[in-house]
Amino acid sequence: MERFRMELESRSRNEEFAQIVAAVFMGRLDPTVEEMEDVKTAVSEAVTNAEIHGYPQETGVIEMEMEIEEADLTVRIRDRGVGIADVRQAMEPMFTTDPGGERSGMGFSFMEAFMDEVRVESEVGKGTLVTMRKRIGRREP
Amino acid sequence: MFEETFTYEAKGTVLVIHLPRELDHHNCRNLRYETDLLLSENYINRIIFDFSKTEFMDSSGIGVLLNRYKQMARSGGTVFLYGANAQVRRVLTVGGMDKLIPCLDEEKTVARS
Repeated sequence: MERFRMELESRSRNEEFAQIVAAVFMGRLDPTVEEMEDVKTAVSEAVTNAEIHGYPQETGVIEMEMEIEEADLTVRIRDRGVGIADVRQAMEPMFTTDPGGERSGMGFSFMEAFMDEVRVESEVGKGTLVTMRKRIGRREP
Repeated sequence: MFEETFTYEAKGTVLVIHLPRELDHHNCRNLRYETDLLLSENYINRIIFDFSKTEFMDSSGIGVLLNRYKQMARSGGTVFLYGANAQVRRVLTVGGMDKLIPCLDEEKTVARS
């Protein structure tokens, strides 16, 4: 197993940083361009959520961890922010708390569409952990 | 920095919005204010999104497109896009935008439409 862990400040410019790190690390699995883009998109969604929903007021720390076990890639994005009261509702397609309506409410749907498995654990006042898994390398021979 | 922000081009009643390299939450922050301002000051009945410089988009981009689509739909206008790469097209499809916003092959096609 190979693994790394890093901490990011919840600044919007770190969204791109996180997905580039994800792409470089998963490069070890020799993914297709599409697999790489799927993971980058899912990571961008999770980090954006942590930043704007986990830490709506102040700048906090986002922890990002990735693991490779044979062909299985696991990504964990954790914040120690406000948490989600109703995870099921938050994961509903198009559900958004943005009163301006500029957010699409598709963040979790995108993670689910681009990864094989998405698990969200959250506690109000403690923060949120998003765990995503994807098997890499199912291309046709 | 280069290609990190939106640029706008008004051609009569058509507004072309050239999108940045990364269309994520970070780069979408100013778009709403800027387009609202342009739409209030000019008569626009068509918005065309230029994705030709865009390498990456996430659901933040869908929010932007959907809201401009709604704005145009309310006033009877139309929205098109062109220049989307494979990743962007995939995100557009997952986000259901392919059904709302026609994708055109070339800028020239758009100019004639």
